[in-house]
Amino acid sequence: MEDLPPYPPIDPTTFDLIVIGTGLPESIIAAATSTASKSVLHLDPNPFYGSHFSSLPLADLQAFLSSHPTSPSSGYHHDFSVFDFATRPLYSSLDISSFSPDLLHQHSRKFNLDVAGPRVFFCADKSIDLILKSGANQYMEFKSIDATFVGDDKGNLWSVPDSRAAIFKDKSLGLLEKNQLMRFFKLVQGHLAGEQGIQIFEEDLQSPFVDFLNKMGLPPKIKSFILYAIAMADYDQEDIGVCRDLLTTKDGIDQLALYNASIGRFPNALGALLYPVYGQGELSQAFCRRAAVKGCLYVLRMSVTALLVDKDTGCYKGVRLASGQDIFSQKLILDPSFMVPLPAGSSLPHPLQDKLPVFSLRDDRGKVARGICITKTSLKPNISNFLVVYPPRSLFPEQVTSIRLLQIGSNLSVCPPDMFVLYISALCKDDDQGKKLLHAVMNTLLTVPVSINSESNAAVQSETAESGCAVLDETAESSFRGRSDPGEGKPTLLWSASYIQELTLGQVDFICSTPMPDGKLNYNDLIDVTCKLFREMYPEEEFFPETSSENSEGDGDVALET
Amino acid sequence: MHGRPRKAPKPEDEAASAAKAQKLRALQTQFFSYHHNKIYTKEAVELSAKLLEINPESYTAWNYRKLAVEHYLSQPKSNSNSAKSILDDELRVVESALRQNFKSYGAWHHRKWVLSKGLSSIDHELILLDKFQKADSRNFHAWNYRRFVAELMNRSKQDELKYTEDMIYTNFSNYSAWHNRSVLLSTLLEKKAEGFLSKESVLPEEFEFIHQAIFTDPDDQSGWFYHLWLLDQTVKADSSLLVSSWPAHGSDVLVLGDRCNNGSAFSPFTTLQSNSGSFPIVLYFNQSVEGVSSSTVTVESGFNNSEDLVWKPLSLSNSQTAQVWVAHLKFPTSELHSSVKVSVGHSKGIISASGSQNSYPSIFSFKVHVQPIERDSSQGSVSESILWRGENFKVYGTQSEESIPIFSFDQLSMRNDHEPMASNWCAEALAKEIECFRELLSLMDCKIGKLTLARSLMVYDAMSFSCANKLVHSEEVLELYSDLMKLDPSHYSYYKDERSLVLLQQVTSSRESLMKHCFQYKDSVSSTICKPICLRLNHLSLSRMGAFEKLLWVQILDLSHNELQSIEGLEAMQLLSCLSLRNNKLRSFTALDPLRKLKLLRVLDISYNQIGEHSIDTTRYLCSSPLSHSVGSEWNNDETVISDVALINHWEAFFIFKELNLKQLDIVGNAIADEKFNSILVKVMPTLKQLDGELLD
Repeated sequence: MEDLPPYPPIDPTTFDLIVIGTGLPESIIAAATSTASKSVLHLDPNPFYGSHFSSLPLADLQAFLSSHPTSPSSGYHHDFSVFDFATRPLYSSLDISSFSPDLLHQHSRKFNLDVAGPRVFFCADKSIDLILKSGANQYMEFKSIDATFVGDDKGNLWSVPDSRAAIFKDKSLGLLEKNQLMRFFKLVQGHLAGEQGIQIFEEDLQSPFVDFLNKMGLPPKIKSFILYAIAMADYDQEDIGVCRDLLTTKDGIDQLALYNASIGRFPNALGALLYPVYGQGELSQAFCRRAAVKGCLYVLRMSVTALLVDKDTGCYKGVRLASGQDIFSQKLILDPSFMVPLPAGSSLPHPLQDKLPVFSLRDDRGKVARGICITKTSLKPNISNFLVVYPPRSLFPEQVTSIRLLQIGSNLSVCPPDMFVLYISALCKDDDQGKKLLHAVMNTLLTVPVSINSESNAAVQSETAESGCAVLDETAESSFRGRSDPGEGKPTLLWSASYIQELTLGQVDFICSTPMPDGKLNYNDLIDVTCKLFREMYPEEEFFPETSSENSEGDGDVALET
Repeated sequence: MHGRPRKAPKPEDEAASAAKAQKLRALQTQFFSYHHNKIYTKEAVELSAKLLEINPESYTAWNYRKLAVEHYLSQPKSNSNSAKSILDDELRVVESALRQNFKSYGAWHHRKWVLSKGLSSIDHELILLDKFQKADSRNFHAWNYRRFVAELMNRSKQDELKYTEDMIYTNFSNYSAWHNRSVLLSTLLEKKAEGFLSKESVLPEEFEFIHQAIFTDPDDQSGWFYHLWLLDQTVKADSSLLVSSWPAHGSDVLVLGDRCNNGSAFSPFTTLQSNSGSFPIVLYFNQSVEGVSSSTVTVESGFNNSEDLVWKPLSLSNSQTAQVWVAHLKFPTSELHSSVKVSVGHSKGIISASGSQNSYPSIFSFKVHVQPIERDSSQGSVSESILWRGENFKVYGTQSEESIPIFSFDQLSMRNDHEPMASNWCAEALAKEIECFRELLSLMDCKIGKLTLARSLMVYDAMSFSCANKLVHSEEVLELYSDLMKLDPSHYSYYKDERSLVLLQQVTSSRESLMKHCFQYKDSVSSTICKPICLRLNHLSLSRMGAFEKLLWVQILDLSHNELQSIEGLEAMQLLSCLSLRNNKLRSFTALDPLRKLKLLRVLDISYNQIGEHSIDTTRYLCSSPLSHSVGSEWNNDETVISDVALINHWEAFFIFKELNLKQLDIVGNAIADEKFNSILVKVMPTLKQLDGELLD
């Protein structure tokens, strides 16, 4: 970064809004604010778009996840109080293991690895609506996820009968189970369509979804399909003690409605789920491009060092850039990794003292464990892009949250040909629990070469990898050959990363901070929060007003590659 | 394409369609002028293409194009290359017409016509079809055309079968795909292609397949249609088989010339009175057959020459196929004791409905005793009259036990060594189906599920217990039909008919149950005590008559106080001499059509029905009438009738009664019956001695 020539000073120096970080919420707000004809300066300290929502080449991902917190450097302004920014670590317990460094090094730039994976779009998602409404669809292309499976501790993957045709085709359900499941779907569809005589009672809608499923007499297998692979519940719904997001029937039905509306929304989409070509980072970038078209000014590789606050009123005034330039704006949006530590024993102006602590607010919802694996063979033959859900307790008794795994193949341009990327995530209380969840899945599905011990420090690891290169290659080779071992049909791990990500909520005040990627599979909750953020900031403005002229040609359609 | 609501047209659409009509009319006028003047210039042909693009339904335009093609092909300078390009043009026109309306009969037909010329490449056809079948997977035009193309390309049936499977996996509510599957499977089974050697090896898998559809969505009808076809394939015998006969195997038949024989040791079940010098032999097959003749059926008796026998089909239409065949065996006037042996199907020639030449050979034999005519029966006519009163009938079994001849029930049904054992897999397959649908019904109320279960149970009983003649599940089936009558009122009559048939099967299933309905007639006037047994099936709420194969022996039948609207099938009961249909729901004389085939019928009671009440005779379209081709000639030949205006008004009555030799008729209680009508009846039936209880001169 330092080698690059310094930026020329930014002109003008005053904006309606400064946005730091190009994560999805920041990018959406930048696009929405620009669309509302306000001047926006969008900065990112990173040399790429997407921040915590980006898709990165192998090496960049390692660097991004292990980036160290920065501590404030002092600064001064004669008109304002200057508060230095610090960045806080949002990822912990990073483990990276490489079992074939040569091969991967050679292809490093062909990877687009999602930092916040696994993530997919439901065809009927709010995010898809937003993409269409904002015109961001012009910059993206999607493909269908081929299937959804439910996994078990034996390594089996059972396809999820999520539609009439899928129920018909399913081989694992008995005839009676097929009948029960289809009748349940019909009940829900009838209820949603407001058909006469088919209605779910209000008292049922308020009761836990799992109780309703029990009342319908659905067997455990089907209940599990519906709760975790269709309604995508995070926590064990049948253990009130550990369940932190008990779904009501209404929530459950809404999820089913989303799923149902997704199937068949786009004629050439196979199922309910979509994934963007070149990875999820494309989404943030598409909104940035949208914002740029609307006049937003972009500067990458530009960090901010300090917050400028009016000495008298304690009101926000602007930021000091890493280049030393001071830029002023009405409002500020901050990437969640930035914080303003309170100087110990400082004598702050009164108004700010009340407001600053908001930056150190942490989400108490726990953390999310994420894992990325690279393999040379698909987990399931003849199918490359699919989702696997491990419902609570399916891998080990203490597993209280769902683990979701998404395999994406090279046809989505996220990895070199003949390789597959697996994204794994699960909510957890702490790092230990998170790691246990990730390892349980990896051990069930993959063969981990034995010769190498994973290192918790990426820097150390890469050294080891280089020095032990010859040995490792041989091991990797032999482990490929070892695939013929009796009973071992599992793909062999080439590379893996596991890390624990903090969950933070967005914050609205005179300075707003955006949320971190949540533990969900889609972006719906994030979009809700972002939309709310925008409304709080600009109550009088519309969040992407309907346009008729501009995107008429691509109206109502996303580019789907088949 | 399916399940999309129709939208009301907007004003601008209407204007557009008016403009389109204007344009179309102009085109049409021009086109017709070309067509009538046989002008096949380039311009004229192009105009027809334009017309078809707008309106692919224009048959005349398609025919014009055929003529134009023929015209060009017949040009002396035409060669195979130019012919190919002419035909390729046609294919393009069809394709654009189909894009306009892919359900245009004319367009698809034209394409077939072009391809039949054999000059065009057919490689493109499947791609085109894929496109249309994707646009509407149920489009039967496309499916029809697909069969045509597959045949033309010699595409393997197995590949096509796989294609139906793929289409079904995409969406199993696809009648066309299921239908094509049944067509393909039938062909493969018929050809005994590899992997399709027997139904046994194919059908169980198909059942497994269709269950997935039925259980996933029992409300979808397409699966049930296929299931019905499968069930039919499972139980349907390809080969014809003799089910029963009269006289039954091993029976002793006493034929009396005229009077009854007091104190005879013969059973009233098998004693027949005949003054015509012959008695009928009735063959009842498991399906409609043709080709029953003296060469396919041999009758060996000491007194008659087999070749003289004329076998007649008992069918109401004049077709030469029937399930029941009859021949009349002449017997000598002298006293006779002889045994008769009948062999059916030992030489080829009996062809089943499916076209199969196979028929299982059967032999049955019986003894016949003829008592010659005693010419002392001048009062016979009076003694033949019957009063259908309850007190005149005594339950047969209540009379002195010793005098009852052995009533061997098994003799009534035709079972012998030649009959193939109901194959095990059929019974097993059915048992599986039954279990399956019981499970389905335990989960939900499903009308078609109940109906299928009821049907399966009946067939299963017939198949598994044929020898024992037991109906293990009849009570359950009756209950299912009663349920269905309540659940599905719009098909009430059908369920009621089916229920009636089951009830009749139940009644005739065992000696005990049948005996409860067997009565002996004895009135205060008549002195004769050996009238034949009367079968009373009255007050049973029957809406349909059935179980004929077990009732061939019946001579007196009481069906009064039921709900019969039709007596279809009754023509099988050749021995019937007295019949009561009093108090039923017969609505017209055409409903009595089967009676025309009953040559021995003498006493008929059709009083208190609804004949003449309804102005529209719904049975007329089902039965033969003077309007139908088959009987027209008979009608026209009868000059005397034409001249009688009253008869013309009651042609149906005339048509039925003129062929009957009734002696006693009751018709009171029908809207049509009045003085005038009665006088017509007397005129039509000179043999009639008694009308509504009144003796005629």
